[in-house]
Amino acid sequence: MRGITKSFGAVKANEAVDLSVAPGEILGLLGENGAGKTTLMNVLFGAYAPDAGEILIQGRPTRITSSADALAAGIGMVHQHFHLAPRLTVLENLLIGIPGKSGRIDRAGGLTRLAEIGRQHGLTLDPDVPVSALSVGEQQRLEIVKALFRGAKLLILDEPTAVLAPSEVDGLFSALRSMAAQGLGIIFISHKLNEVRALTHRCTVLRHGHVAGRVDDPANTTSAAMAQLMCGHEIVPPARGSSTPGEPVLTLDGISTSKHSGTALRGVSLAVRAGEILGIAGVSGNGQRALAEVISGMISPEAGRMTIAGKQVARFTPREVQALGLGRIPEDRMTTGLVTNLPLADSMVLPRIGTSAFSNKGLLKPDAIRAFAEAQIKAYDIRCPGPMTRAGALSGGNLQKALLARELAFDPKVLVVSQPTRGLDIGAARFIHEKFLDMRAKGCGIVVIGEDLEELLVLCDRIAVMYEGRIVGTLDSGAATVARLGLLMTGAEGKA
Amino acid sequence: MFRLEARPSTPAWFNLALPLLAIAATLVLCSGLIALAGAGVLESYGVMFTASLGDSYAITETLVRAAPMIFTGLAVAVAFRAKFWNIGAEGQLLAGAVASCFVGAIPMPGPLAMLLMAIAGAAAGAAVALIPATLRVRFKVDDVVSSLLLNSVIYYALMALVEGPWKDSFSGYPISPPIEDSANFPVLIEGTRLHLGVVVALVAAPLIWFLIVRTTLGFRIRVTGENPEAARYGGINVQRVLLSTALLSGALAGLAGVGEVGGVHFQVMSDISPGYGYSGIVVAMLARLNPLGVVPAAIFLAAVMTGAEAMSRATGVPAFLSDVIQGTALLAMLVALLFTAYRIRRVGAAK
Repeated sequence: MRGITKSFGAVKANEAVDLSVAPGEILGLLGENGAGKTTLMNVLFGAYAPDAGEILIQGRPTRITSSADALAAGIGMVHQHFHLAPRLTVLENLLIGIPGKSGRIDRAGGLTRLAEIGRQHGLTLDPDVPVSALSVGEQQRLEIVKALFRGAKLLILDEPTAVLAPSEVDGLFSALRSMAAQGLGIIFISHKLNEVRALTHRCTVLRHGHVAGRVDDPANTTSAAMAQLMCGHEIVPPARGSSTPGEPVLTLDGISTSKHSGTALRGVSLAVRAGEILGIAGVSGNGQRALAEVISGMISPEAGRMTIAGKQVARFTPREVQALGLGRIPEDRMTTGLVTNLPLADSMVLPRIGTSAFSNKGLLKPDAIRAFAEAQIKAYDIRCPGPMTRAGALSGGNLQKALLARELAFDPKVLVVSQPTRGLDIGAARFIHEKFLDMRAKGCGIVVIGEDLEELLVLCDRIAVMYEGRIVGTLDSGAATVARLGLLMTGAEGKA
Repeated sequence: MFRLEARPSTPAWFNLALPLLAIAATLVLCSGLIALAGAGVLESYGVMFTASLGDSYAITETLVRAAPMIFTGLAVAVAFRAKFWNIGAEGQLLAGAVASCFVGAIPMPGPLAMLLMAIAGAAAGAAVALIPATLRVRFKVDDVVSSLLLNSVIYYALMALVEGPWKDSFSGYPISPPIEDSANFPVLIEGTRLHLGVVVALVAAPLIWFLIVRTTLGFRIRVTGENPEAARYGGINVQRVLLSTALLSGALAGLAGVGEVGGVHFQVMSDISPGYGYSGIVVAMLARLNPLGVVPAAIFLAAVMTGAEAMSRATGVPAFLSDVIQGTALLAMLVALLFTAYRIRRVGAAK
């Protein structure tokens, strides 16, 4: 790719970006959120037409205006969100869009190719299992196989490790190395520096749509140096001082659930004390969502008890748990946290609209709402034109700050957050972490549910691991390592 | 080639310009039909305008027709704000008409009768709207379908009523007995049909606007409509908000029926509403669900209706054109709404 420029309105998402991949090479594409990684790859995959610049494939300028063009040119992409038909089988998903023989699906041919690809790279899949029965890791494998099946010579993977357990990451990496060894070019998009260092041969770093730098030998470059390229200044992780935990502010005792989608909880007990940060680790889909929803009052448990600040929760509703002093930040900012089509101020007062702070006898207090939103925008440095801006127009980091502000403004005794920094750039993540540590120092108990082990290790005093709806072990921060947590996450180790 | 592209933001003047653009497009599209009917386009629109807005009497007639559509427009606007898809304003209007006529036929002092008529009509409309809302909240029944089909149920029940037990014994026609004279809504300007209900409709619009924009109920309705998931997470009882919205919406539609009984017909017949409930949907969409916008939108449709009759008499173009204009206006507005979120971009094939 040469001199790629793409603007959205006044924003230049990519400006004069050059990028090249050789056959057999794994190129890391690094950058913070909003640096232009995804835009660049969408240009390459034909989703956007570039305003300027050209794409050369094996030296020849090639016009790519649709994903069909990209596939024909030998480019395959594995998106963060999979594009699979869940009710069809593995083989049927592979054959979608492939012309069959005289109007019939070429099942035998498909089976042969699938077996061949499986042998070559260790990517084995059962052809007759419906996709809905596959684990997330297997679905990702299917996406990769799908790209290879269509004869991809260049494979783009967008944040592929976000959904995997540490052991699955190793499997993915060895498959990718094997593919590269057989002459495939691979673009690996990530913001996890240790992965990029472990896997890639070369690395291009984007910042604000420009190429900020290239790293020729990632394995021997320090993470700190690469982080500096990514965000333009040095990043120091926040120091977690010691704290003396007090009384338990949130306890769960034998909580079990059913009658909801996703993994149910099976007898979960835990306690968070004042001034303590408890991490909940686990491969996505092992009951973390149900746990977060029970604590925030979105679903009622079948069995078990929960107390907040010493008081037993009688009715599991958002209003009740909030009234007892619980602050909540949902996993999905855009769909659960905010109302994207309404002004930001509305989202910021939403959970407390009925209280005397924002209304009186059913009448809103527009001035108080506005003043509150303005004060929080200032205090949390939320970048937006004003409180009446559509919430959906804000960036992820600013939205997360807004959600944090709306909870912390009312001094919660316990804070429950899911995936607090997913999709945020390093600067915003750092800000969020500092706020958590501030709250901890003030005696707030915090539960952080997350998949990013590095983050949990930096932040938490204790880390509990969930596997198939249970807590299978809890480690003190001193004893916790990625390796030990990884073992627990796959259910390999019993009680630790 | 053209391609739709998401807009990063919507310019503010769009909100005002869109309905006007949609109306202009409608008039242009419908001029073809007028020409086909063999009449002059400008002449026909001219007649429509004079007959509906040309003098003070015409204006009062248009306002009398606009009143029920202001109410049904408000009913639909409120419901759609919460994404309660109330297509049943027609049935709710009829229920309101029947209830108010029933009350109005009982002898009592005039002001009390009018008040009780309004209460009974609103309650009847609300009760009808509660059916699809309850079905949706309880059993996840699609509210579009249930509220729409309920219109037929109520329409035929009304027919059965006026053909049977409620048939006016004096005239022998399938119409209900009239309400008491003292319950007739006072006429505001001598020699016109401009009645008290029209003023109530004009006052209702800003009141509903205030409710939506300035009250906690309105806040909850807006948030629930835009994102029920976030609303629930934020501690809003989404089901209760939907039921409250249905009650409010149905009551407003019921009031449309009250106005027709107390101010225009003084009795109930099966064709008491020429589809005011359905027109309410067009009105609400043209108003972009803004209660204040409902008033001009309803007046526009009313003007088209009154104007079309006069145009038909003067130029021979069938009065059905008024229905065509209504339908086209709704479609034009829906297309126009697309441009609030998207814009058309030329994808250069030459590049």
